[in-house]
This record gives sequence, C-alpha cells and structure tokens, in this order.
Amino acid sequence: MIGLSGAASVVGIGATEFSKDSGRSELRLAAEAVRAALADAGLGPSDVDGLVTFSMDANAEIAVARELGVPRLRFFGQIGYGGGAACATVGHAAMAVATGLADVVVCYRAFNERSGHRFGRMAAGATAAPTSGGIDNGWQYPVGLATPAATVAMFAQRYLHEFGATSEDFGRVAVAMRRHAATNPRAWFHGRPITLAEHQASRWIVEPLHLLDCCQESDGAVAVVVTGTERARDLPHPPAVIAAAAQGSGADQFTMTSYYRDDLTGLPELGVVAAQLWAQAGIGPGDVQVGMLYDHFTPFVLVQLEELGFCGRGEARHLIADGGIELGGVLPVNPHGGQLGEAYIHGMNGLAEGVRQIRGSSVNQVADVRNVVVTAGTGVPTSGLVLTAG
Amino acid sequence: MSAGVAPAPVDAPDAARRIEETARRLVEAGDCAPRPARDPVNEPMINNWTEALGDANPAYPGQAPPAMVQVWTMGGLHGRRAADDPLGAMSAVLDEAGFTSVVATDCAQTYARVLRPGERLAIRSRLTGVAGPKRTALGEGWFVTTVSTWTVDDEPVAEMMFRILKFRPPPPPEPPREVPRPQVNRDTAYFWEGTAVGELRIQRCGGCGALRHPPGPMCPRCGATRPGYVVASGRGEVYSFVVHHHPPLPGRRAPFVVALVELEEGVRVLGELRGVEPGAVRVGLPVEVGLDRIDDELVLPAWRPR
Repeated sequence: MIGLSGAASVVGIGATEFSKDSGRSELRLAAEAVRAALADAGLGPSDVDGLVTFSMDANAEIAVARELGVPRLRFFGQIGYGGGAACATVGHAAMAVATGLADVVVCYRAFNERSGHRFGRMAAGATAAPTSGGIDNGWQYPVGLATPAATVAMFAQRYLHEFGATSEDFGRVAVAMRRHAATNPRAWFHGRPITLAEHQASRWIVEPLHLLDCCQESDGAVAVVVTGTERARDLPHPPAVIAAAAQGSGADQFTMTSYYRDDLTGLPELGVVAAQLWAQAGIGPGDVQVGMLYDHFTPFVLVQLEELGFCGRGEARHLIADGGIELGGVLPVNPHGGQLGEAYIHGMNGLAEGVRQIRGSSVNQVADVRNVVVTAGTGVPTSGLVLTAG
Repeated sequence: MSAGVAPAPVDAPDAARRIEETARRLVEAGDCAPRPARDPVNEPMINNWTEALGDANPAYPGQAPPAMVQVWTMGGLHGRRAADDPLGAMSAVLDEAGFTSVVATDCAQTYARVLRPGERLAIRSRLTGVAGPKRTALGEGWFVTTVSTWTVDDEPVAEMMFRILKFRPPPPPEPPREVPRPQVNRDTAYFWEGTAVGELRIQRCGGCGALRHPPGPMCPRCGATRPGYVVASGRGEVYSFVVHHHPPLPGRRAPFVVALVELEEGVRVLGELRGVEPGAVRVGLPVEVGLDRIDDELVLPAWRPR
C-alpha cells in the first residue's frame, strides 16, 4: 500500500446543464461548474489553492482563478492525452493534497464541444505541429484515417475478427447506456431509450461502427473538488474517498493509433492503470459495485471490462448479454447513461456520477455501493480511480 | 460555344445508330419550308452594320453588303427555330447522346447578285451530311453540315455551307486533392522520399537490424541511433481495416477503405486500400503496395488487392 490511498477525497461536484449549444463562453462554463462544485462542497473560492484541468481545455487555470476570485494558487497543472486526463486530474489533485502542496484542489473540464470545435470532425492542423504528436499524426491523417471514430473502428474490426464478436455486441452497450439515460433528467437522451434493432439500423459512420456506437457531442462543464479526507469529514456530503488513483501508458504507445503492438485486442495502458488501482485500493474487481467506464465509442467498453478483470479476454460480450451492465445486472455500468446517453464531457460527468453513487444520491442509484471504479479516455494514455465510501 | 454537363452516358453503338438514322432521314427530306425574313432589306440596318464594321464603301446603303445576307433572316432576340429546321432536329439527337457542346468549324457563302433595300428574302436549309464520331482536340464529336439558300420570290440570291462540330464536353478536371500533409523531420524523411520514388521503405536499425514502423530516432531494442532502411517487398495482408462513410474528408470520396496492412517483413503500415469494393475487404486479404500520388511533392502509402 502506498501513501496515496485514502489520503484525499472528492467532496464536491458541480456542473452546468448539458446541451448542444450553451450560448456561453467556455470560460463562463468552467467558472459556473467550479462555483457549483465549491458550493456543493460547502467551500468558497478563498478555500481553493489548487486547480487542475486537461491540456485540451481552453481555459487556463489562472483564467478560472480570476473569474472565481481565488486569491492565490499553490498548485496547478494540465494533464495531456485528451479524455485520458479525466481521472488523472483527480489523481494529481490527490497527490498534491496528500503531500501538503495544496489543501483544496478543483479539477474542471469545460467546452462547447458541439456548438464550437467538434471532435467528431477531422482535426484541422493535426499534422501541422513540428512535434512528436504532429509526426505521429502523419502516419494516419494523410491516408484518410482522420477521425476518432475511424481510429476506434480500426481497433474494433480486429476485435470482432479475433473474438467472433458482432456489431450487436457493441450495440448492447449503446442500448444499456440509453436505457440508463432515459431515467436521468440531466441526460440529453432523457426519455429516449433505443432498441438493438435501432442500433443496427443506424447509419454507418466508419464501419464497423454505426452512428449509435458513437457518443454524442455536447456543450457543458463539470468540476470536482478534492481535499484531505480528514477535512472532508467536516463537509456537508459523505466523502468519496480516493482509494486509488493511477495513470497508464503501455509499450509502443500512440494516441488512438497503437496499432503496431503484437496484439491489437487489448488496452495495455488501461492494464497498467488497473493493476495499480487494485493494488492501491487493496480490492479486486469482485469488490466493485458500479463501473464508471469511459464510453466515447462502444467497443472500448467491452475491452475495459476485460482489462479491468471483470471478465476474461474476449468474454465481455457474454458479460454484457442479458443486461449484465444494466441496473440490476452483475456490474451496473454508467447508471447516469454515460457519454452515449447523458453527455460527452470528456469523462468528467462519469466521475461526478461515481461520486453520487458513493453518496447514494444518484437518480439511478445502485444499492449498497461500497467501491466504484472510474476510467478515463481509452485508446490514449489514460487514468483511473477507485472511489470508496468513507 | 456552349459547354454543359454531359448527361448520363448512352450506350455508344446505340447512340451512333440513332444519329446516323436521323441524319439519313433528314438528308433525304431535303430542304425545309422557306422561312420569310422579318423585315425587308433596309437602309437603317445597312447603316448600322457598315458603321460598326467601319466600311465606308459609298455603294452602301444604296445596296446591301453581300456578307449581310444572314442578317436579313435572323430570328431576332426571341426567335425560335422552325420545327422542320434540319440543324435543330439533328442537334437534338446529338444532345441526347451527350454531344452537347457546339463549335462552328466552316462557313462558306456564295452570292448570286447584289441585294437592295426593299427586297424581302426567305431562307430554307437542308442537311447535307453528318460525319462521326471523330476524335478532336475538343473531344469526341460529330461534324454536321447544312446548306442554306436565300431567295427573293423563288430566285436564289445567295447560298451558305455551314458546318459545326457537336462534341461531348470533357469531364470537368478533377480538383487537386487536398489532404492533410504529413509533418516530416529528420527521423521520417527517408520514408516520404521513398514513396516519392516508388519505394515503400521500412526503418532498419543500423545496430541490431530490427525493422520498425512507424520509425524513430533511437532503436527501442538496442539503443542505437543509426537508423537505415530497407525497401519493403510491398506484399502483405490486411490486419484490420475500416470503411469510412462520415464525415466527409478532404481529398477523398466516401465510402473508402483504410487498411492496416501487416507486411511480409512483419511491420504494419496504414494506407488507403483501393481497387476493391468495400464489402469485399476481409481481415487477411492479400494486398500489395500501390502508392497514391497526391501531387509532385506528396505520395502516400496505399494498397491494392493482389
């Protein structure tokens, strides 16, 4: 057991509404979410001395601090690799709190991802930067593999081939997420469940991915507040104790295109995360009641179940059959509806739902939640958390 | 000359047969009915013409310049071709076969006598020949020849041989393909220089000989920083693939296939897989390299079935 486990807790969560057109600047969304999270934690801007966000976020820590009126910052930073940063923001915050570098750290992600720059489109300028990332993109974008869906589809095709899975297996993930979102008033797809037949009939985006294998695009912001677990016990909500926090990158790692490893059916970077999570938290997959799994595209939900050890390689399709990841199933996944159903906030809305599940305050509450595992962006260097009722 | 968008291609022998049949029928029909001029030969029009051309011949406007003969029977701004006009009938059939563009190639007029103000002309035309299809610099087409005769009270006063080329407009040129251009540096230049000269190159470590793609400056196996390359056989198999439908991408027409190919040498390389129906692509499909030339500076790795 290393020193991080249990030292810090998530004590506040806040968000804007999730929409397709927020009508506000990204900085305003960030400021609103952070203020809401602080209010939820029973804290104010003057309590904050740390801010962490994604390197992709357009709102610098100092800009958010200015809007909030935070008098001083002792700890700030940005985590790279897109959605892979989600849990790492909290991991870094926990490290800062555990080591005394900061007392109250707010992690945030805010964007107009639907009404502004849409990630589903080809990223303009992806090959323009004279950086290692720009060079990496040069093997992919010029030849026509140029969207996130396409990069995941390449992986998914091989997964189908290796394990005899089908598009319907991917579809069952979408059906489960939309079923959960249907009873979540905050979800964009509230009241709009889908059937497997609708999934199969939805148009191709990049074969083997249908439209309904791809998460929506959203405007919105989410923030979470991290502080020491001792202090957390004096705050309004029961703390979601950070029992484990880890980052992971695998051998021969690329961003979304780690196609050159011997095997193209797993997510070894998540394997790196998983091993640390179970070791830090001192638990295993069987001790987890809810999975908050990053679901930008359905295929990687299956692979995450395998990498985290909830089932064997290639066996996730059996786990998800017959409602295995739905409420009441063997492992309820994303009771809020995930990014497929609630909103795409780069994984941060799933993290907030993980906190609600620990608090017992979710609209789709799972009974007797003790441990929640949370993952971040897949196909990229990634991160994860185990949250535990304290 | 007008250039429209070519209609859907018609079965070529069928079209030629219809053109020739129409031509034969029109030639046999001979002259169409005479069409009277709207106005008689008149001084105001002669003055306008000679002024515009700068022709100060004192004989005008007492008589009409012979080359004005066509003017007297022009249809005017809203004129319509007569239903039995042979050039109109012939053009319609050629248009239908996709020969929609027209250019006049020959015009020869013969004048029998001088025309004076007050004389009222009529014109009649006949088709004398249709020759084709011919390959021309403008495109494939048919030469259509008519002879028109001007008369005053049944007296022939002038004649004109008129030839046009009705041709199929060439398809609009493919716009230059704009694709994202790779960032190239010291570590990767050998690859792109290779595709430009028709070679698919794989990085080979100068220390331990390990092959590697995508390349990098330091061998992850032995640490050497002396990368070289070998030229790949170009043969491999589809390790995985996608069929891109949406969103539209610059320089490509969906649906198209991008394949991750495992080469015989053991490394994998991404490229568009061309020359095969998307529905026929399978993991394991044998392919070979078929480079995709974007322009003089950029050639992309690509694949075709073998």
